[in-house]
Amino acid sequence: MSGEPDGGVRLPASLSGVEAVQSVRTPIRLEYDFRPSASAQSYLRAYAERRIIGHRSPVDGAVFIPPRGVDPRYGVAISEEVDLPDTGHVGNFCVTHLPIPGRKGLEVPYVSAWIHLDGAAVGFLGLVRGCPHDEVRIGMRIRAVWKPDDELEATPENIRHWEPTGEPDVPLERAGNRSFHASRPQTDGNTGGNADA
Amino acid sequence: MAKQHTAVLGVGQTKYQSTRGDVSMAGLVREAALRALVDAGLEWADVDAVVIGKAPDFFEGVMMPELYLADALGCVGKPILRVHTAGSVGGSTALVAASLIQGGIHRRVLTLGFEKQSESNATWALSLPQPFSVSINAGAGGYFSPIIRQYMARSGAPELIGCMVAFKDRQHALRNPYAHLHQHDLTFDQVVEAPMLWDPIRYSETCPSSDGACAMVLGDEAAGDAASGPVAWVHGTAMRSEANNFPGRDEVSPQASRDCAADVFRQAGISDPRAEIDVVEMYVPFSWYEPMWLESIGFAERDAGWRMVEEGATNLDGGDLPVNCSGGVLSSNPIGASGMIRFAEAALQVRGMAGDHQVDGARRALGHAYGGGAQYFAMWVVGADKP
Amino acid sequence: MREVAVVATALHQVPALTDTTEVQLMVPLLNAAREAVGLTQADIGFTCSGSSDFLAGQAFSFVQTLDAVGAFPPISESHVEMDGAFALYEAWVKLQIGEVDTALVFSYGKSSPGSLRDVLALQLDPYFLAPLWPPAEAIAALQARLLLEVGIVGAEELAEIAVRSQRNAVGNPNAVRSSREVTVADLMAEAPIADPLRPSDLAAESDGGCAVVLAAGDRARELCDRPAWIRGIDHRIDAHGLGTRDLTLAPSAALAASLACTAAGLEVDSLDLAELHSPTTSQEAILVRAFGLGGSTEVNPSGGALAGNTLMAAGLMRIAEAAGRIIDGRADRALAHATSGPCLQQNLVCVMAGD
Repeated sequence: MSGEPDGGVRLPASLSGVEAVQSVRTPIRLEYDFRPSASAQSYLRAYAERRIIGHRSPVDGAVFIPPRGVDPRYGVAISEEVDLPDTGHVGNFCVTHLPIPGRKGLEVPYVSAWIHLDGAAVGFLGLVRGCPHDEVRIGMRIRAVWKPDDELEATPENIRHWEPTGEPDVPLERAGNRSFHASRPQTDGNTGGNADA
Repeated sequence: MAKQHTAVLGVGQTKYQSTRGDVSMAGLVREAALRALVDAGLEWADVDAVVIGKAPDFFEGVMMPELYLADALGCVGKPILRVHTAGSVGGSTALVAASLIQGGIHRRVLTLGFEKQSESNATWALSLPQPFSVSINAGAGGYFSPIIRQYMARSGAPELIGCMVAFKDRQHALRNPYAHLHQHDLTFDQVVEAPMLWDPIRYSETCPSSDGACAMVLGDEAAGDAASGPVAWVHGTAMRSEANNFPGRDEVSPQASRDCAADVFRQAGISDPRAEIDVVEMYVPFSWYEPMWLESIGFAERDAGWRMVEEGATNLDGGDLPVNCSGGVLSSNPIGASGMIRFAEAALQVRGMAGDHQVDGARRALGHAYGGGAQYFAMWVVGADKP
Repeated sequence: MREVAVVATALHQVPALTDTTEVQLMVPLLNAAREAVGLTQADIGFTCSGSSDFLAGQAFSFVQTLDAVGAFPPISESHVEMDGAFALYEAWVKLQIGEVDTALVFSYGKSSPGSLRDVLALQLDPYFLAPLWPPAEAIAALQARLLLEVGIVGAEELAEIAVRSQRNAVGNPNAVRSSREVTVADLMAEAPIADPLRPSDLAAESDGGCAVVLAAGDRARELCDRPAWIRGIDHRIDAHGLGTRDLTLAPSAALAASLACTAAGLEVDSLDLAELHSPTTSQEAILVRAFGLGGSTEVNPSGGALAGNTLMAAGLMRIAEAAGRIIDGRADRALAHATSGPCLQQNLVCVMAGD
């Protein structure tokens, strides 16, 4: 078997001396009209009222945000909505020195953090501002900075960013994903993750 | 019928580089496939089935490319499957191919992972905003660096451990002619002084974006026995997945990672991985994942993986558990192929065919891949001896 | 080969899913399939799914759908960017190895947010054909034109196929196009969309999902009174270039069927029914001939893909529809087929029996 990759293609005489095509630029454009699901609609409308909605699991009461209608641990549907406060702590974060393609007006570097709202069992991504980026810490207490009431729409972008409150930090061993275990007694191993994480 | 033995008969790779402007996608995959067939001493007609894998179709702008590539892969009249499990896809593709042999369905299977990300825009494809949510992650690094920050805080690891891994992998890559990055004059200080991208990850600690393909020919026991050259025997295979955002999740050492490793070592009869595995090819796209995966897989105790890095234990020269002698994902990253490159490099090691980056006397190796929000894991153990 | 059977199915198909995400669609289907045989996710040995990013308009779209499964504690799971029928094949292979006894297979598709005809153009040769953006119905029409010109099929037969689909679909809650009264004359009076194909010659687009539970040997007998045993399953592919093959034939379908029937030890004329994944009437005509289906085999009793073609799930749904009729005793022997790619390029055949 020869290792010749192209098998030695020969061009017809009429093409000798013709410059070979190196590449073809073929723009692709596809449009998708995404409609929010019923649970997403409820969530988005709540934002317009300066409310943050989560979904409470029927299995153990864990509150998920954003509300996606399912508890991913069990594949169980969730329909119970709960209001969450707009305060919490930084569960995790990174300082990014790259701009986001297509997003204007975001000064670099910026801090994107996993926001763990009080009462929520999981985090979601948000921007943290209001202090130098090298002062952001895991466990730092934060609150939402909302757009003015007359600018509120049905979108999570009503929250411009999250700022430190100045309260004492949540200790490392109870911050972020560890807060769930810290908030309840140890039962069986199925409630998730590593007990001492 | 019991589970059938599976052998790696041949490996083929393309030189990984940012743009392969000299070949179409078909040409790229065919190059790797042909090399694997030549290595295996086989012809296209000897292949019973093909299993290919790659990352999202947005990276090339071709929907379901196995349809288009069937001709180039000699697949007319044969079965072809296309696997997609995010970053772990190269590994899970190899596992699906192996299962066709293990299950006695086929005797010889060609498996291949590829990406020609120069054809589209990988950063764009990785940053597609989700509808109705705020997008604030500039790329995969933005997702993983907070997890790395958790690890650093929890383990107390010195700040430069990540730089040590990056420097090591780029040094290893100099001994792999297929690797994308060949940074001959790189110094450790240059790694440290590189600009921060997603603090604590620097530019120098991040994987490149590469075009490339990696192929293997897998065979059954008879094919393995009949091979004229050395083969690698599959000792264990495992896949695990978990949801990526749930209460109390251990994102630093996901349970799916620990369970997958435990399963693959159990199958291979390994009780002391650090002592019984000779070389590791693991999926490290951001430097700190080396100490993190060392712990999660079970080569080091919790919070102690960084000590192995610091001691040089994972160096090709002088280390007792060399990791990523090929240069790893940090040196070459055609996303759809990266997992398969790990599996293939593990096979090359135990076949004694890793050239200048060969670990002397390597007889058992681990190939590892992960993907998604550190939620998909695929691993195999290969050995020089039939299990 | 180890005996493997379909023991439970759940499917849902509608013209368009407006209020639910793919995750919310799949949660009840996955639960229904597992609960039908009393299994929890922890009991399932292997899970495999099929879906498409381009259909969803999202890279890594299948990652979110894992939330519907209940993947914690971690599960052994994989995914193909193909119709769920191929995910079922992968699960069948896994069961052949002998280390697990049950598998959960699912797939779904939501084409309503995007433009299916444009999305499918991206399956074509990326350098020479896709940049022309030929709509999917035009590609299928090329094949239909050949069939008519060569004289293999007459226009009336195409309309008869469409009528049969619509009539069979009556009473199928998952069919999106059905009619008791439609006649061949009605359909032949329709203006073509892509001559010679009329609207009724093309599958009705739909959104939906499907879940199937597989089990091996005695485990299948424990879980289900009358498992639909997969006696033969095979898939093959033809050349991609539309100009390089005879579009009036589907050799890969014929080959897959031949191999599956041989493995099953069954002749085609012993089949009670055949569920064919034919996105057009013309393709159904080709498949009927490729499989050698005769008068004693009922074709597409569910209405088939013409009555609702959920991309990425239509093939798995054919398997589910056929298996369901064996499980509930309406049939003894069935063939289910799935296709992928333009003009029946890739084909999977699954032959099932109640004994």
